Amino acid sequence: MIRLLAMRELRSLFAMPSTWFILAALQFIFAWFFLARLEAFLGIQPQLAQLANPPGVTNTVAAPMFNTVALLLMMLVPLFTMRLIAEERRNQTLSLLLSAPLSDLHIVVGKFLGLLIFLVVLMTGVVLMLYSLALGTALDHGLLLSNILGLLLLTASYIALGLYISALTAQPIIAAIGALAVLLGLWLADIGAAAENSPWHSISPLHHFQNFNDGLLDSSDAAFFVLFTTVFLLLAIRRLHNNRVSG
Amino acid sequence: MPNITPEITLSARNLTRRFGKLRAVHNVSLELKRGEVLGLLGHNGAGKTTTLQMLTGCLLPDNAEKDECSIEICGISLLRKPVLAKAHLGYLPESPPLYRELSVNDYLTFAARLRGMKAADVPVALAQALQRCGLEAAGKKIIGTLSRGYQQRVGIAQAIIHRPAVIVLDEPTVGLDPAQIRDIRSLIRELGDSHSVILSTHLLSEVESVCDRVEIMQRGKLIYGDTSAHMQQHGSVSGFIIGLHNPPPMSVLEGIAGISHVEQLSATQFRVLHGADQNPKAALLTLAEQQGWQLEQLTPLQATLEDVFVRITDAETAVMEEKQ
Repeated sequence: MIRLLAMRELRSLFAMPSTWFILAALQFIFAWFFLARLEAFLGIQPQLAQLANPPGVTNTVAAPMFNTVALLLMMLVPLFTMRLIAEERRNQTLSLLLSAPLSDLHIVVGKFLGLLIFLVVLMTGVVLMLYSLALGTALDHGLLLSNILGLLLLTASYIALGLYISALTAQPIIAAIGALAVLLGLWLADIGAAAENSPWHSISPLHHFQNFNDGLLDSSDAAFFVLFTTVFLLLAIRRLHNNRVSG
Repeated sequence: MPNITPEITLSARNLTRRFGKLRAVHNVSLELKRGEVLGLLGHNGAGKTTTLQMLTGCLLPDNAEKDECSIEICGISLLRKPVLAKAHLGYLPESPPLYRELSVNDYLTFAARLRGMKAADVPVALAQALQRCGLEAAGKKIIGTLSRGYQQRVGIAQAIIHRPAVIVLDEPTVGLDPAQIRDIRSLIRELGDSHSVILSTHLLSEVESVCDRVEIMQRGKLIYGDTSAHMQQHGSVSGFIIGLHNPPPMSVLEGIAGISHVEQLSATQFRVLHGADQNPKAALLTLAEQQGWQLEQLTPLQATLEDVFVRITDAETAVMEEKQ
């Protein structure tokens, strides 16, 4: 059932021309950024070579690239999550799901996975670009894998948040603005807190991504993402249930 | 689906639903048998849609937590085991729940699988649903490009594709042209033979033409329930309209045994009333032939559902006003 709902979500996404347009535009932006970074790296490579322990291409191209993708995701994910439940409610297709033999858990997790798969496809492009470097040089696979894992967890937590906000309203635009506002708020709380050990850092998903970005696998960061995602998915399930109670 | 299907496919008891201070549905109990079409009739805002939403699990009744109310579909409690019960349910809400960007085939396949149909059974069910709803030619089209009438048909197809025991249709003919309305009504009639159908409407002619039984709703309450044939008899008048090209004086007509009242409608038409147990038609026809009155028309007077409906709702309003 979950798979069926996820597939439906994907099918609807790919049936819309705007999805293809966004995919193309993003790949273009990512490629542009990748090439610009690569060029910069090639420019300073002679100087780097004189250092005792020079940073490699993974450090200077791949890690900043992942960092940018993570920032872009903050603006991108609300655009996709806004439709998830708000649009079903507006088009009254939600009653099809509510009257079908599914639990609210199926609906929420199905939609979550559907969008997650889509965004993974989107980011596969980035990963492939970076792995194309392997043709000319040796890559730091550990750093790349830690970045990929971090990005995956970050995306999941953003989707869960967006999904919950989408469940609160019947207007996709409001859901998009709401999710964007919360994500920006979390980010600003992180970068606005001056002190190194300020508690504000710990509520921001992007802050927890930094360790993954540096190649540091910290179980507390992973636990944060898993908790963040689970809490918002549970809230969304709760909201769908309340939908039946309050109409 | 179980081999031995219980006779009663849907039974709801004491459904109550408030929206803030507004009491949308109050103590509604319904029962539906296999092979029956039940019409839920009422003015706009009478609580029909709310009732149907509760029957399909889209909305929980107010007293769902306690044991005061119950909804059973094929003997399975919708409130306690929603997932099992909903498998026997097909629902067309007020506006058809369509994913406009999908093609008709994709959408109906999704709807069938969503209701727990096995992938292998879907193609046959899909072909049958398309054929039943007259959508054979539209299978590959994108739903968003279809006309309103066709979208409504897709909505109905989605409700019947998994051959549920209970089909719930909320105003299925709204927004369709007369030919489409006729098609949909005959489809509902056909569905009523093998499934249980419950539909809501504010059109009395719809109840007349498709429903076996009718429940009238007003202000959230069921105020009348009977077979639709009975309902037509309810409050009907015994009499007929007769047209005579060469009519005799009124007194002659009034003199015929059994006739209680004659009223002249035009130069050649009379409304004739008679007692419920007597029928003076035969005597009148014989006389007309003998005396050369030249019979043109003989139409039995029949109270239309409109009359009955207005009578019942008025009576109910009067009772309520008396109480206050």
